[in-house]
Amino acid sequence: MSETISNVTVTITVNGRQRDVTCEPRKLLSDVIREELVLTGTHVGCEHGACGACTVLVDGAAVRSCLLFAAQMDGAEITTVEGIANPDGSLSDVQEAMRDNHGLQCGFCTPGFVITLTAFLRDHTDPTDDEIREAISGNLCRCTGYHGIVNAARQVCGRANGGES
Amino acid sequence: MKPSKFHYHAPATIGDAVGLLGAHADEAKVLAGGQSLVPMMSLRLATFGHLVDLNKVDGLAGIERSNGHVRIGALTRQATAEHDTTVASDVPMMAKALPHIGHFQIRNRGTVGGSIAHADPASELPAVALALDATLEAAGPGGERQIAAADFFEGTWQTALAEDEILTAVRFPVWGAASGFAVEEVARRHGDFAICGAVCGVELDGDAIVRAAIGLFGVGPTPVRSTLAEQALIAGGAGSDLADIARQAADPLDPSDDIHASGAYRKQIAAVVVRRALTKAIEEARS
Ligand SMILES: Cc1cc2nc3c(=O)[nH]c(=O)nc-3n(C[C@H](O)[C@H](O)[C@H](O)COP(=O)(O)OP(=O)(O)OC[C@H]3O[C@@H](n4cnc5c(N)ncnc54)[C@H](O)[C@@H]3O)c2cc1C
Ligand code: FES
Ligand code: FES
Repeated sequence: MSETISNVTVTITVNGRQRDVTCEPRKLLSDVIREELVLTGTHVGCEHGACGACTVLVDGAAVRSCLLFAAQMDGAEITTVEGIANPDGSLSDVQEAMRDNHGLQCGFCTPGFVITLTAFLRDHTDPTDDEIREAISGNLCRCTGYHGIVNAARQVCGRANGGES
Repeated sequence: MKPSKFHYHAPATIGDAVGLLGAHADEAKVLAGGQSLVPMMSLRLATFGHLVDLNKVDGLAGIERSNGHVRIGALTRQATAEHDTTVASDVPMMAKALPHIGHFQIRNRGTVGGSIAHADPASELPAVALALDATLEAAGPGGERQIAAADFFEGTWQTALAEDEILTAVRFPVWGAASGFAVEEVARRHGDFAICGAVCGVELDGDAIVRAAIGLFGVGPTPVRSTLAEQALIAGGAGSDLADIARQAADPLDPSDDIHASGAYRKQIAAVVVRRALTKAIEEARS
């Protein structure tokens, strides 16, 4: 295909700031976030929807940014992991709990888990352990064995952490 | 990997979308939730010169009940249908099938119509549409037409939709109050596509079964409806030997081997999931 394809320009609000992005239609949202907006907290693992590392909030909903084209995002409000901390820069409850419970080791998967848990715990204030496990089932972590992450979620809901083996 | 180049179109009306598909003939592809299409494009299993994005088309999403049917717009997100009270009360089989699709982040974006139009053999929703005798509404250059689910699924990723047609909605008949439904599947990991699964429904009148639906997925190129087993169940009533009914559902199947499971294993699992689903459906119908 030697035919030229015109770029698209979209206006998106990223972590509260309005940005204009001009890119090829085929450019994935994950790549625009990392390369054009230079928000490299959003990680890219598999690029086909399997690992959850690229999870961001689009209009409040947790979605895979590697399965969206930036061209589709005109008018959207996007939150990446860089936009999760409190306005004063202190860690959010989810971030704090991940740290307290050793919910991360190498940290590659962590931005995806933080976004997933932020959305899930916003919508479910008192989930069971099974519901927490189901919620994180779409995010892969090769280091932690998940227990620390489940315990982090429990802490956010005001339940005692630990107690799980 | 990255998708190859394409022209991006975001039409605002169904007419414009159909027009774009017609204008670019076999070079164009519809984009809905993108949860199946984008991975295929990124892996370069598929390339298209033109993508016609339905996400900005007016009137393609929404759930409404009328005349004994629930109509779900094709672009309705799977997550929206999953949490909808009308779907929960009037098409419980659908409500029970939806949580089996991937993970909540996939369902936030994936659409009801996209899953049915994609027609993956291991998908839940095509089996639900087939088992419940859903009607599929399509729009094309010649206007609108309705397709019975029994005529819709033609093969792996192949449906009765023409290249310039768009699935606009799916209509499900509402069953009576004394009904029960269940979805049972076996998957390697939570959220994975199922190796094999069953969707079952029964409507009771006392101990008599007046209506039965047995659908299977993951057992061949299309979902399968077990009409003979349904008839046997209706003849035998709620006290039927369900293991025997389930064997009748599995017997005619001839699933092929793949990297996930052998055909023989799938066939064995088919009988197990049908028995489990029928047991639960009858229990629910009685309660
Ligand atoms: C990690 C992961 C796990 C998954 N697990 C499951 C699972 O367990 N079960 C399951 O069923 N699915 C699963 N899926 C797929 C998911 O359900 C998709 O949402 C669905 O198959 C396709 O819907 P979509 O709206 O995303 O469609 P798209 O990906 O946008 O489109 C899929 C195909 O359908 C066509 N199409 C879409 N909408 C229309 C329309 N209205 N008219 C005509 N053609 C149309 C497109 O042209 C394309 O060919 C999974 C996906 C991922 C990434
Ligand atoms: S990079 Fe998007 S899901 Fe793996
Ligand atoms: S902390 Fe290393 S992959 Fe999760």
